Amino acid sequence: MLRGGTSRRGWGFWAQLAFTLLVCTFLILPAVLSMLAGVTANFFQGLSSGLTLKWVVQVFELYSDTLLLTLGIALACLLVTLLIGVPAAYVLTVRQSWLTRLVEEVVTLPVAIPGLAIALALLLTYGGFGDFRQSWAFILVGHVLYTLPFMLRAVMAVLASIDIRTLEEGAASLGAGFWTRFFTVVLPNAKSGILAGSLMVVTLSIGEFNLTWMLHTPLTKTLPVGLADSYASMRLEVGSAYTLVFFVMIVPLLVAIQAMARLERRAKRTRPLREEALPQAVAETPR
Amino acid sequence: MSLSTSMPVRLAGCGKTFADGTRALEPLDLGIAGGETLVLLGPSGCGKTTTLRILAGLEAPDPGGRVLFGEAEVTHLPIEKRNVGMVFQSYALFPNMDVAGNVGYGLRVRRLPEAERRRRVAEVLEMMAISELAHRRIDQLSGGQRQRVALARALAVRPQVLLLDEPLTALDAALRERLRVEIDALLRRLGITAIYVTHDQSEAMALGDRIVVMDRGRVAQVGPPREIYFRPANRFVAEFIGTMNLLRGELRDGRLVLPGGALPLAGSEAADGAAGETEVLFRPEAARICASEAAALVGRVRSAQFLGDRTRLVLDGVARRTVIVEAPGRREFRDGEAVGLTIDPTDLIRLPD
Ligand SMILES: Nc1ncnc2c1ncn2[C@@H]1O[C@H](COP(=O)(O)OP(=O)(O)O)[C@@H](O)[C@H]1O
Ligand SMILES: [Mg+2]
Repeated sequence: MLRGGTSRRGWGFWAQLAFTLLVCTFLILPAVLSMLAGVTANFFQGLSSGLTLKWVVQVFELYSDTLLLTLGIALACLLVTLLIGVPAAYVLTVRQSWLTRLVEEVVTLPVAIPGLAIALALLLTYGGFGDFRQSWAFILVGHVLYTLPFMLRAVMAVLASIDIRTLEEGAASLGAGFWTRFFTVVLPNAKSGILAGSLMVVTLSIGEFNLTWMLHTPLTKTLPVGLADSYASMRLEVGSAYTLVFFVMIVPLLVAIQAMARLERRAKRTRPLREEALPQAVAETPR
Repeated sequence: MSLSTSMPVRLAGCGKTFADGTRALEPLDLGIAGGETLVLLGPSGCGKTTTLRILAGLEAPDPGGRVLFGEAEVTHLPIEKRNVGMVFQSYALFPNMDVAGNVGYGLRVRRLPEAERRRRVAEVLEMMAISELAHRRIDQLSGGQRQRVALARALAVRPQVLLLDEPLTALDAALRERLRVEIDALLRRLGITAIYVTHDQSEAMALGDRIVVMDRGRVAQVGPPREIYFRPANRFVAEFIGTMNLLRGELRDGRLVLPGGALPLAGSEAADGAAGETEVLFRPEAARICASEAAALVGRVRSAQFLGDRTRLVLDGVARRTVIVEAPGRREFRDGEAVGLTIDPTDLIRLPD
């Protein structure tokens, strides 16, 4: 492998590498150019006009309340999905019956339904409640509906993989009542799923467009809606600077999700180790 | 470590029908003396785990069934209030805690002071010879180590009753044998009331003061290991425990007439003067190999399996079915060779009708 490794790689390898790089370039180039445009003094003159943070500052001035609202909604959404999703995932895992399977299917439905349809249903049902319709809570409801299945799935997957029922029986045999078991055994062992679900929910909430676009009012806008708005009505540089801000927020979250998934795979090793020499227990103690 | 009291336990009329209609257990009466080790033995699916879970409080018996710990009825107490120690087949160790955390869990739940807790954890770890594992994570343990941690965790709370569900099944044969000896020594030393579930008859024989043989949700026989082995109450027990040979033939003049000869029966049966079809059973080790001329029965070797300390022979022509016997010593057997058998009449087993 080491000795003359490269020379043994056939043309197939190089062809594949080239193709992969080509595809990557094709996909990444627009993003890079767009972000570059956000720090270019004048896009139509090109980079020669110089680099500036002017547009980024302008985005912050124009959209700081949007930014805050987006983060607020994302955190509120996280809180609600944690409060509903974690206990629900627990119940759905531990009590398996036709009813819980039905609930699971129904709760997962929003993933398959277009965001527009969910928004339309919400508007039809609650559009008449003026104050509610005008408030950011209306968007929050949409986001919770949309993100809850992801939290559920993430937590249920972990609970199923560790046989939580038997663990709880073990804890109960040692004298732990329900709440003690829930806080000392269920939650700590579901931690990785809860964390993965949380990252997912925050990321999805920040990036959600379809639903939010339908539900928003001029006073309740989130980042992606603001982005559409700025592309439509501002200089191209401002829209691009906006993209840059958005990327800076969302990319760390995506990286964290990837890292979580990797940790998860590594933690899956629960098979017992090879037997070591065990010292003799009890038999030698005097009677 | 010792347990101040040893708690007698009783199941009275405990049946179990699951929600899906599965009848796992016919109403069962079972008494376990304080300090006794009772083994529940039977093939997979016969209701051993269900019985254990009813004792533990993880499963409620059908209406009418009662569970008693000493004088107190605990039928409606959940497991966390019964003060039992339980060792699960999968061990059910908490992956979010290290070994000491697992072993100390029951003490933490009971709100024992920190110092007392440490002392007792150290004591139990010492007893199980796993002190140096105290700060290992569960996924850093081997199967045998996990088994010991599970046992230590169950014992740390000084339970009234210890319940073990196939605790050695997940381990390889050599380790199983060793831990069996250790568990035996431990149970005797602690004098704790223990109920041990297994499908392995040698484990049952070695550990049990008494064995309950179960068959499809019913008790087939209850008794000390020797009684189960030498005086099976019925055909199921006879065939489930060890190897058993069946001889079926005509009773004539105190002898059982078989294809391979006539076998003398014990005095009482011979004296009955009864005649007709009957059957007797015997264990492979009960037959002695001898010269054909001196033998009561003669057969031919169908196959011989050398096991080191003995040779296991499958014989044709003795009875209607093949017969399995064991020959000690160095003698070599060829297929087709004629061999004679004698069986002491007191080693013959008759099943009650
Ligand atoms: N929760 C349950 N629901 C329905 N049937 C069950 C349940 N648990 C056990 N059974 C059935 O009850 C019978 C006895 O099971 P079990 O006590 O686990 O047997 P064993 O431990 O002797 O192998 C089996 O037929 C099993 O399939
Ligand atoms: Mg079982």
